[in-house]
This record gives sequence, C-alpha cells and structure tokens, in this order.
Amino acid sequence: MTSHGHVAISCIGVRKQFVLRHTRSLKEALVWLIKGRKGDLSKRFMALTDVSLEVKQGETVALLGLNGSGKSTLLKLISGVLQPDGGTVRTRGRVAGLIEVGAGFHHDLSGRDNVYLNGAILGMTEQQIDEMFDSIVEFSEIGEFIDTEVKFYSSGMYLRLAFSIAVHTDPEVFLIDEILAVGDEPFQRKCIAKIKELSAHGKTLFVVSHDLDLVSTVCERGVLLEHGEVIMDGEVHDVVAELRSRTAAA
Amino acid sequence: MARQMDQLIKPGMGRGLLDIYGDRFLLKLLVRKEIKIRYRGSVLGLMWSYVKPLMQFLIYFIALGIFLNLERGTPNYAIYLFSGIVLVNFFTESLSNATRSIVDNRDLIRKIYLPRELFPAATVWVSAAHFLPQLLVLIAACLVVGWTPSILQLLAAILIFAMMAVLATGLGLMFGAVNVYFRDSENIVDMIVMVVTWASPVLYVWTMVERVMGPWYWVYQLNPITTAVEVFHWAFWEPTLKADQMVSDTMPPDLLGFWLPVSLLISVAILFLGQLMFRRLSVHFAQEL
Repeated sequence: MTSHGHVAISCIGVRKQFVLRHTRSLKEALVWLIKGRKGDLSKRFMALTDVSLEVKQGETVALLGLNGSGKSTLLKLISGVLQPDGGTVRTRGRVAGLIEVGAGFHHDLSGRDNVYLNGAILGMTEQQIDEMFDSIVEFSEIGEFIDTEVKFYSSGMYLRLAFSIAVHTDPEVFLIDEILAVGDEPFQRKCIAKIKELSAHGKTLFVVSHDLDLVSTVCERGVLLEHGEVIMDGEVHDVVAELRSRTAAA
Repeated sequence: MARQMDQLIKPGMGRGLLDIYGDRFLLKLLVRKEIKIRYRGSVLGLMWSYVKPLMQFLIYFIALGIFLNLERGTPNYAIYLFSGIVLVNFFTESLSNATRSIVDNRDLIRKIYLPRELFPAATVWVSAAHFLPQLLVLIAACLVVGWTPSILQLLAAILIFAMMAVLATGLGLMFGAVNVYFRDSENIVDMIVMVVTWASPVLYVWTMVERVMGPWYWVYQLNPITTAVEVFHWAFWEPTLKADQMVSDTMPPDLLGFWLPVSLLISVAILFLGQLMFRRLSVHFAQEL
C-alpha cells in the first residue's frame, strides 16, 4: 500500500564536489607530502551546490537540464552510489535504478545466468526471480536465446533483456536515466507503457532524459537543474517550456 | 522490509561485512560466476586447479627435496611440502584476487549500490572452491602413506582454514580499498605473495630458522601464516610418521597453547582493521574509480 503524501525522496541542502585527481601513484603523493604539500594535487569541481528537493510517494518527476547540470550526479546520490559532501539524502523503501542497464551483465554467462545475477544485484531474492523469470523472458522477447551466452546477443537483445530485468525488480522508487532510448520503436512503446503502468500502480518515478516530449507524457512534475542548482520546480510542461526558451536564448 | 518502508534512510550506508549475510544469495551467484568464467574456453577447465599446484609441488620437491637434500632430514617430505603449499596457495590467491576485486568490478560499483565488501568476500570463497580439490589430493596422499589423525588435529585444520580466510579477507579489504586510490597496492600485494611462501616453514623446517634467529625466533613465529602452516603440518604430516621415523621437534614449543591463540587474535584484529579502513575509503569508491 503506497499512500500518496509520504515523502519518498528527501534531499536537503545537498552539495557534491568532485576532486579531479591528477595523480594515481603513491610516489607522487609522497613527494607532494615531503615538499610540504605545496601546490595542489587536484582540481575541484562543484557538481551540485545546494539542492533541496522532496519527492512524495507516487509522484512522477522529470529531472531536466543541459549536459553537465548535475542530473546524473543527483541520481547517483539518491541511489547511494555516491555520498554527498554536504546536506542529507534520504529515501524510503527500496530504490532501484534503471541507470545504465546491463551494468551487471557478464558477457560469458548465458542470458539465464545473467537474469539471476542482475536480478540479485538489483536487490531481488532468489524466490522473486524464480517467480518472475518467465515474465522477464517474455517481456524481453529473447525467447529461445535465453540459454545463449550474452556476448552473442545483438545490442537490441542485450538492452531488452537488461531493461526487462530492471522493470521486474519491483522497487518502491524507480530511478531512470536515459533509458527510454532502448531498442526499436515497438519495444520503446512497450517500455513506455510499462513505465506508465508502474506509475499507475503508485510507484515513484524519477526520470532523467533529454527527450523532452517523452518525459512530458510520462511525468507530472518537472525539476530544472542548471550548474548544480534547482532553478525551477513545477508542472512538467511549464518546466519543459522554460528549458526550451533558455536553450533558444543561448 | 517493513521496517524500511516506514522510515527514511540514507542510501548507500551499509553495515559492512554484516550485510553480506543478508546478501548471501548474491554472494553465491558472484562466486558461481567467478568459478564459471575463470577457466572459460579452456579444455582442461577446473583441472587447472589441480595441475598448477602439482607442478609447483614438483618443482619444489625436485629442487629442494632432492637436489638440496631436504628430504633426508624430513621423513615424508612430500607430504610436509604439499600440506604447506596448498594452505599458502589458498591465502595468496585470496589476497591477490581480493586486492584486485574492487578495481575489477568498477563498472558495477560506479553504477549500482551494493555492499562493496561482497567483492573481496566473493574472491575468498572462490579461492576456497579451488582449495578444496587440492585438499582432497593432500588427504588422498596422506592416506596412502598411512595417516592417522586425531579428532583434535582435524578440528585444528578446520580452524586454521577459517583463520586463513579471515586473515585474507582482512588484508584483502585493506589492500583492495587502497588499490582504488593507489594502484601501487596490487604491486605491494604481489610482493607479499612472493615472500609469504618463504617467510613461513613451507619448504624447510622451523628448527633451521631457530638455529639462525636464536632468541629472536618469536618474531618469525609472530606471523600468523607461520603458525597456520605449522598447525597444518601437525594435522596432516605428523600423523603420517611411523614410530621409527619420529622427529624430535616436529612443532615449536607452545604452538597450540600460545601461538595459535595469538595468531587467531592477530587475524581477527586485522579483519576489524580492514573493515574499518574499507568503510572509511569506500565512501568515495564510485567517484575515484
């Protein structure tokens, strides 16, 4: 039971800074220490300056912005891959990402083995995967190739299987990063239908995409990021219009 | 699960090694994957896990046992040698793979949050899976020459195996985490691996060391691997000796009463220290890889 109104994702004053380290060897670091830490070994880069954001359960939010505005960084902070340098990120329920699907795939394993491995990586239990297995294979349209090694798959098959596993993990919060460009036209439509179905079931969606028309059909709310700051938060069509006018002006 | 539903939690904050128990299904799959792909495309497959240590054993046996004549002073030298080799191999394989495990799995670590301790832990399990067939060969060889171990000796062997796993996990966590920041770490480990076989009485007997080191012998004995190898000798090699083959000093004094508990303590302490370091460093794994 998901009650609309509970906070699913809460970011308060989130700051993230990347250190671009130049050196990767112990020797250089030691020399630097001996020389009295003169000069800077690294360059700093602010990815997110002060982001506060609250997403309620069941909301569908599109995170918009140009390249380098910090969208993916925010997504990684929410998924727990990165830790913030300031502020807090908190989530409720299981969060799973469709972030770069197929990250957990191993080329030398069969499709079947990869379903289990990737499902477990995304937080499914053995029993859940057993139950979902047929449904995953059916959705992916892989059919008889499920026992073939993944390295022989076409890139479309690969993505379809990966996407299929991800949408079957059934978390409370879905993070989706540029995934809607999966496969051919019919499969894409199927994916979008599936995502809409998830949101109809009260799942929280948090989508990053450059396909503005698409996100406005999937999401209700839009958040616009620029240089690591939230500059607009509102109805998705308004936010898309704002982003379009900004890019047109630039 | 119900607990997680009704409260906000900070993502990416694991409980370290304790999380692995909850994720044992994933651990099992990771271990299975490693074993499956290790010898992919090879004709002999898992047989390589037998062939390589046997080759290593033959080299040592011929060079040291026969040419340098260590066989003369040590009855059943072959058993003595092999029991040490299999144990040290388990340790070195675990350690060097655990050290590389974080960097090797960078694609996953950068994209999906998992308890990162899973990767070093999985490599130790994989090494255990390779250790098992070697152990069977050792036991078979022991039985051929007449092995009559006591229950206590068998239990000690199991304890030592567990201790080596703990020590390798602890050091693997340490060097694996540092390796993300400084790739020098894996070279240091390569060096440790090279030294380990010679820094414990695998190829020679402990009395030779005592003769040289004299009152400083305790330094040598402080190495948990030294104790582990000696206890393994006690469990596998000593019970194969016949009454007429008895050697006076098969074990250093106080091995079981003093050095074994000390080694256990050191190993557990290293595991804690490794976990502590790993936690501190793992916060920034995703952005450093």
